[in-house]
Amino acid sequence: MSVRDDFTARIPGGDAGLIVLILLGTYLAYVLAGLVLGYTLRGQLNSIATLTFYIGVFAMLSLALNLHWGYTGLFNIGIVGFMAVGVYVTAIVTKPTYVAGGAAQVGGLGLPLWVGILAGMLAAALLGLVVALPALRLRADYLAIVTIAMSEIVRFSFLSGELQQFQLFGNRVGFGGGSGLILDFAPPLEALLRGLGLWNAYLGFVDASQVLIPTNPKPVVDGLVYGLLLLGFVAAFYWLLKRTGESPFGRVLKAIREDEDVANALGKNTDRFKIKSFMLGCALMGLAGILWLVPQGAVTPNFFRPRVTFFVWIALIIGGAGSNTGSVLGGAVFAAVLYQGPRYFQNLVTAVFPNLDSPSGFGQAISPLISQFDPVPFLLYTVDSIRQLQLVVMGLVLIWLMHNRPEGMLGYRKETASVIPLSRPQSTAADGGDDDSVRTDGGVDAAAQGGETDE
Amino acid sequence: MSDAADQPVEDVANKVDEGALGAFASGVDTSVDYPLQVEGLEKSFGGITAVDGATFEVESGTLTGLIGPNGAGKSTTFNLITGMLKPDAGTVTFNGEDITGEEPHQIANRGMVRTFQIARELSEMTVLENMMLAPKHQRGEALWRSVMPGVRDDVREQEAELLERVWEVLDFFDIAHIAEEYAGNLSGGQRKLLEMARALLTDPDMLLLDEPFAGVNPTLEKKLLEHVHELREQGYTFLLVEHDMDLIMENCEHVIVLHQGSVLTEGTPDEIRSNEAVIEAYLGGNV
Repeated sequence: MSVRDDFTARIPGGDAGLIVLILLGTYLAYVLAGLVLGYTLRGQLNSIATLTFYIGVFAMLSLALNLHWGYTGLFNIGIVGFMAVGVYVTAIVTKPTYVAGGAAQVGGLGLPLWVGILAGMLAAALLGLVVALPALRLRADYLAIVTIAMSEIVRFSFLSGELQQFQLFGNRVGFGGGSGLILDFAPPLEALLRGLGLWNAYLGFVDASQVLIPTNPKPVVDGLVYGLLLLGFVAAFYWLLKRTGESPFGRVLKAIREDEDVANALGKNTDRFKIKSFMLGCALMGLAGILWLVPQGAVTPNFFRPRVTFFVWIALIIGGAGSNTGSVLGGAVFAAVLYQGPRYFQNLVTAVFPNLDSPSGFGQAISPLISQFDPVPFLLYTVDSIRQLQLVVMGLVLIWLMHNRPEGMLGYRKETASVIPLSRPQSTAADGGDDDSVRTDGGVDAAAQGGETDE
Repeated sequence: MSDAADQPVEDVANKVDEGALGAFASGVDTSVDYPLQVEGLEKSFGGITAVDGATFEVESGTLTGLIGPNGAGKSTTFNLITGMLKPDAGTVTFNGEDITGEEPHQIANRGMVRTFQIARELSEMTVLENMMLAPKHQRGEALWRSVMPGVRDDVREQEAELLERVWEVLDFFDIAHIAEEYAGNLSGGQRKLLEMARALLTDPDMLLLDEPFAGVNPTLEKKLLEHVHELREQGYTFLLVEHDMDLIMENCEHVIVLHQGSVLTEGTPDEIRSNEAVIEAYLGGNV
């Protein structure tokens, strides 16, 4: 109760304030680290852009997962499959039509990017429907099995030689097999600015920024502005999912999470609610995948290995399932600390001790430790292998969280599933309910103590 | 109402089935309304027959008790009536319409709602959220209405109306003081109150209560019973599964005794109390 009171006592916008505060802290840490590394302004801005990018994509993905798991209790471990479908469908719709002798092995339908993005989201949602129809009627664990199997089927389909190229509406299109697809069309930022008629203004802005970044400022400015655009998408996801959650619809989702039979016995068609929630979440995962991968210029199926799914799960668990604010925070913290952090740490160490030779193998790293109690080669080896160790660290963090803080950073923070605050309306306030409740307190609270010791 | 004319025919059938035990039913007035009619319900799990041709009716506006020894098929009968289980044979008729094999949510929307033997509160939702969930036909249950700006104001309006009703029901059950509490923090008795209050908010004609007094202290039991009686006077119909014979005998107008999956006998508490077959079923060998 006290935690809840604490949060409900917050002023409106306190959630946003909390997110901004943590984001600012993270950026400050990165800038300070950049100072230690002796980064130029360009380097600093680049690292900020990269950080913002990953914060954006992981926040979006964990918000979408929160709708599935945090709200509806749907155990989706096939996130990356929905991302992949979103990206590939966008690519096929948007890539220019095939021209013999061009750089690309296969073409697309040559439609505008926004059509491609909508098609990608729709495809992800429809895949969600196909997966959900048989699996949702079974117990939750079966959905997990079906989703992870689906995500691998999707990846192997995109890898397969059979689908490398085929004809669609008379165009030579395809998934490109193992070598993937070149995304030879304007990236989202350019497409958006051109669509808004702001492209020339933007180019002018890029030129003006040469004051700060003398040579070739465009990639840096692009990165920063795209990061901002992603944060805008995070805000849009947050807005959408907050409204979804804080509504009678969200109330039914929560009830399904808690006890589906009860929701059903109270007259809610739970299958329908689950399918809607699942499809919406899948569409958002598709969109997040598109925004993540389309600006990279190329995509290969092997990006979509299940570990991306588990990254998103870790982000959600860090933040706290069931809370949209927590999801955004979890995404940000995961991106800053666990995803980008180790690489940064490695750079820091090599910057501070530039002349250290790390051993090239595990044997060379461990033998001085055993024979001479000299830990330095082992530590150096550890720092050198930090990208590989990243997954180990994530695993350890996950285990620690499960043991010590299973409810995530924001505690048992739960947004009330209602359009309006549920406090007693004025019209029913002048009621003689008070002395009644005093009368029941004795009996009921005595039972309450008994009940609480069970838990 | 059109089915009222069929009643005597079914009663005759009952009499034939049950032999002399059905004699009490002969006095039924044809004008009496029976919202719930169960006929020849059968259900087996593997080789075990849990419900074996149960046939009974519940009269409108009464508190009808369904009793029987352990394993008599009371809970299974409940699950069959409310759609949680599908019967192998037999029909369930509610307000004159055949609802056999319908989904639980369809049956609930027809106005028959159940509570569970072990109170199933939605733990990580507040009491208020639990209550707000229940009302039928909430506009905001359509995703687009909840999300779209403008249309959402419509939802907000309905939420405000529902909220007033929720608080009235909370007051009625004397649980307004725990309204903001998470349901998982409630005591066993409070959970039972919450569950009954929540069921009531679906605006039912009929409530099926599965052992609502199990594990409830005597003070609260008395309160719950008061609520049930008050609601019955307002016109709600109750079907009650209960182990406690004394409680059933003192509170129900009509008692149905299940034994080995079928109706052993039914009648007023006095008739049941003096029925030797009932005593035999409860105390005799075949429990």
